[in-house]
Amino acid sequence: MAQLVRLTVNGSPRQEEVEPRLLLVHYLRERCGLTGTHVGCDTSQCGACTVLCNGQPVKSCSMLAVQAEGMAITTIEGLAPADGMHPLQTAFWEEHGLQCGFCTPGFIMAATALLAENPDPTDEEIGRGLEGNLCRCTGYVNIRRAVHKAAAAMREGAGAAAPMGG
Amino acid sequence: MAVSQLIGARVQRREDPRLITGHGRFIEDRLPVGLLHMAVVRSPHPHARILSIATEAAASAPGVRAVLVAKDFHAQLSGTMPVTPAFAPEKKYVPERFPIASDEVCFQGEPVAVVVADDRYLAADAAELVVVEYDPLPAVVDPEAAMVPGSPRAHVEGPDNIGWDMTFDGGDIEAAFARAEVTVSERIWQQRLAPTPMEPRGVLAEYSPYDERLTIWLSSQNPHFIRLFISGAMGIPESRVRVVAEDVGGGFGSKISPYPEDYLVPAAARILGRPVRWIETRTESVQTSYHGRGQVFTAEAAALRDGTLLGLRLTQVLDLGAYHGTFGAFQACACLMAGGVYRWAAVQGRTIGVLTNKVPTDPYRGAGRPEGTHLCERMVDRVAQEIGMDPAELRRKNFAREFPFSNNFGLVYDSGNYDGSLDKAMELVDYSGWRQRQAEGRQQGRLIGIGCSTWVEICGFGPSEATAGATGGIALVEAAQIRFLPSGSVAAYVGTHAQGQGHDTTFSQIVADTLGIPMEKVELRHGDTAEGPSFGYGTYGSRSLAVGGMALHKAAMVIRDKAQRLAGHMLEVSPDDLTFEQGTFSVKGDPSARKTIEEVALAAYGGKLPEGMEHGLEATSYFDPPNWVWPFGAHICVVEVDRETGAVQVHKYVAVDDCGNVINPMIVEGQLHGGIAQGISQALYEEVAYDQDSGLLLTGTMTDYLVPTMNEIPALTLDRTVTPSPTNPLGVKGIGEAGTIASSAAVINAISDALSPLGIHHVDMPASPDRLWKMIQEAES
Repeated sequence: MAQLVRLTVNGSPRQEEVEPRLLLVHYLRERCGLTGTHVGCDTSQCGACTVLCNGQPVKSCSMLAVQAEGMAITTIEGLAPADGMHPLQTAFWEEHGLQCGFCTPGFIMAATALLAENPDPTDEEIGRGLEGNLCRCTGYVNIRRAVHKAAAAMREGAGAAAPMGG
Repeated sequence: MAVSQLIGARVQRREDPRLITGHGRFIEDRLPVGLLHMAVVRSPHPHARILSIATEAAASAPGVRAVLVAKDFHAQLSGTMPVTPAFAPEKKYVPERFPIASDEVCFQGEPVAVVVADDRYLAADAAELVVVEYDPLPAVVDPEAAMVPGSPRAHVEGPDNIGWDMTFDGGDIEAAFARAEVTVSERIWQQRLAPTPMEPRGVLAEYSPYDERLTIWLSSQNPHFIRLFISGAMGIPESRVRVVAEDVGGGFGSKISPYPEDYLVPAAARILGRPVRWIETRTESVQTSYHGRGQVFTAEAAALRDGTLLGLRLTQVLDLGAYHGTFGAFQACACLMAGGVYRWAAVQGRTIGVLTNKVPTDPYRGAGRPEGTHLCERMVDRVAQEIGMDPAELRRKNFAREFPFSNNFGLVYDSGNYDGSLDKAMELVDYSGWRQRQAEGRQQGRLIGIGCSTWVEICGFGPSEATAGATGGIALVEAAQIRFLPSGSVAAYVGTHAQGQGHDTTFSQIVADTLGIPMEKVELRHGDTAEGPSFGYGTYGSRSLAVGGMALHKAAMVIRDKAQRLAGHMLEVSPDDLTFEQGTFSVKGDPSARKTIEEVALAAYGGKLPEGMEHGLEATSYFDPPNWVWPFGAHICVVEVDRETGAVQVHKYVAVDDCGNVINPMIVEGQLHGGIAQGISQALYEEVAYDQDSGLLLTGTMTDYLVPTMNEIPALTLDRTVTPSPTNPLGVKGIGEAGTIASSAAVINAISDALSPLGIHHVDMPASPDRLWKMIQEAES
C-alpha cells in the first residue's frame, strides 16, 4: 500500500506516494533522477550512498523514503549552485582525490558533515569522520589532503565573510 | 618537434567535474523507458545435482514478466563461455561452461534461474519463490587435496581436477643447485582476494526488432571483447552489436572477462522484447565476481655463501575455481617473473591449475606479477637471512645491470636502473638509521622490522606475435582514431577503456601536444564500440598508455605529416622547408610565412588540395609494440609488531618507482597510492575464506571481507627515478599495477624481519593480529 511522503530534496519541496519499503536511495535515484548518490554495498559498509538529512550524514541505503518525512535532504547535486562548486568539490578535483569517482559523492557528503562539526580536523579526526566510507582506488592519501585543503579554504572563506557580516 | 607543454605536466583531470558534482554515468544510472529488472537465482551449494526447478509460484508473482532457466537460454545462446587458449598443449581438463547451470552446479552462486520483473523489489521477491531441489555432492575445496588421485571431482564428468600442468625451464636448474653452498625453501600462500571495485558489476541490454540490433551497456574494462563474445553466442553479426561502457566504478581486473549475466541479460532482452537490466548486489559481487590470487607456492633457492644467487625452483598450485577464468592462465606468468631483477644461473617454474568448487579466479591487479614478485623477494630475503647478509646488500650484489637484459626465460627487460631506485629509497627511508633503531629496539624486546621489495614487472600487452590467439584468434595491439574536424576541434578515439585511470586527461595531453593545439580542443572518447576504430583491446595489464597512448600518438603523427604536406602546398614551399612549433607550420628562414594547423585542417576540407591528396584530416592507427615495457622500483617498509597483540604498525612506507617518462605525475602518484594500498591490504587484511569442509563462503559481505578504510592505510612517501623505455616513441611504461606488485613483499619482508629474533622466518598473508599472535605464542613457548 503506497504511502504519502513530504520532504525537501535539494531545496525543492516534494510530495508523493511511495511504497513503504522503498529505500531512500532508490527514491532519490529513480524518482528524483538524482543518480549522483550511488549504491556500493548491501550492508551499509561502503558509504557511497551518503546524503545529508537535516544536515546529518545518513547512508540512504539504510533508510526508507517514508522515514524522510518532513526532512530536508541534500545530495551531491544540491551541494553547490549549478554553476559553482563547493570547496570540497574543488579540493577533491585539485588534489586528485578521486579516480573512478564512484565513492566520491559519498565521501564529499560525509566530509561536508564532518567539516560543519569540526572546521579544522586533524588526520585522525578525518579518519574517524570518514571511517564509514570506502574507496578502493586512491589509498585515501589524496582524499585526506583534499579534506584538509577544503577545510582551510572554508575557514578562510568564513574568516573573510565575518567582517562583512559584522 | 613541438615544444612539449602538456606532456609531463600536472594537469587536473578532465573527468572530475562530472564525477564530483554527481553527473557521472555509471551502469545503474541509465533508466530507459520500459525497463525490466532481472534477479538471479543462485546455487546455495558449492556442488550439487539439480533435481528439479519449480518456477510456477515465481511466474505468477506480482509484476513478474518471465522466469527463465537453462533450457530457455539454450535456444538463445550457442557455444560455451570462452577460455583463453594460452598453454593449449599443456591444458588438461577444461570443463565446458554455459552461463546458467542445467544439471549440475559447481560453485556457490552459480546461476540456476533468472526472474525478470517490473521493478527490482518485485524481481527479488519472486526470486525467493523459485524452488530448486538439489542433491548435494562432495565439494572440492583445497586445491592441493584436489590434486591427489582419488579426490572427489569438482565436476562429476571430469577425469580429475587438473586444469593445466606445465613446467617452464629457464636454464640448467640441476647444475645451479649442484653448485649451491646454501639452499633455503619456503611454502608461500597467496590467499584468494575479492577485487571489490566500489561499483559492482551490472548489465543493461536492449534488442531492437526494427533493425535487429543489440545494444549492451555494462560496467566493463573490455567492451570490444565482450561484443565479440556476445555476438558469437547470440548469433548476431558483430557489426549489429554495440557495447557501451561509460563511467566504470573501478575494475582491478574483475571487469575484463565475460560473466554469465553478460549473456543472460541480452538473451532475456531479446526474449522479452524489452530493455532488461541486472545490477549486482555487493553480496553477489563477493560471491561471484571472479576472485584473484588463490595460489600456493613451494620454492627453493640456491646460493653461494657470498650472496651470489644461483637457482630458483618453484611450483605454483593455482586454485582455478570451478571453471577456467577466461584470462585466468595469465596468472602463470608468476613463474616467468619469479627471477625478478636478479641474475640467476637458472630458474624453473612449474604451474598447476586445479579445479575446485569455488568461484573462478581470474586476473586481479597485477595477476601473476605480484605473486612472482612476492615469491622472489621473500626467497631473496630468506637467502640473506641464511647467510647473515643485509638484504639490501644481497639485492645489490645480484641486480641485473646491463640492458636490454634477457631473463632466464628469454624475456627482454627493455631498460632499468635498479641501483638508482634502491639507493634513493634507502636514503628516503633512512635505512641505516632504522637498522640502528631496530638493533636498539631488539635490546628492549621490541619487534621492529625493515622489508625491501625491489620489483620489476612485465606490462604493455601485446606484442602481437607473443599474444597471437590471446582469445578469439585476436592478438593484443591497440587502435586509435583521430578526426580533425573543419572547425578545428579534434575527436580522438581509443580502444582502451579507463576505470579511474584518467585517460581522458593523459591521452588528451598526448594528442594536444603532438598536434600543437590546446587540450580543450581535444575530445577523448572510449568505451563505445560504435565509435572509433574497428576493434579495441581494453584496459588491463598496465597496457593503456604504452600501447593505446602510442596508437593515439601514431595517429596524431599521421595527421601532422599530412597537415605539413598540405601546409607546404598552401605556402608554396616544400614540406621539408617547414618547421612545426606550437601548432604552427612556418617557413624556415621566413617565419612570417605560416599556417596554423587549424587553418590547414579547414583547407583539408576545401577546394585546392595538392595533386593526389584525399580530402579530410583523419587517421586510424594500430600500434603493435616491439616488446613489453618493464617498470621497476624499490619499496621499503618499516613495521613494528606488538608482541602482546600481534598487531602490525607501519612506521614508514617509502616507494621509489620508475615508469619511464611520465605524462602526468599527479595521476602516476594516484595510481601508486591506490596500488600500494591494495598490496598492503593483501599483506595485512584481506582474505576470501571458504569453510574447508563444506566449501561454503565465509566472507560473503563487506562485513566479513575486510576492505580497508582510511584508518588502515599508512602514510606513503613516494619518489621516482626516470629511465625512459626504448620500446615506444614517448619512452613510457605502465604504472597501474606497480604499487600492488611491489608492496605485499615489502610489508611481509618487514614483518618476517621483525619476528626473526623469535626464530620465525616467514609469515603468510594476511598477517592478521591473530595469526601473528599465535605464531609469537608458539615461538615463545
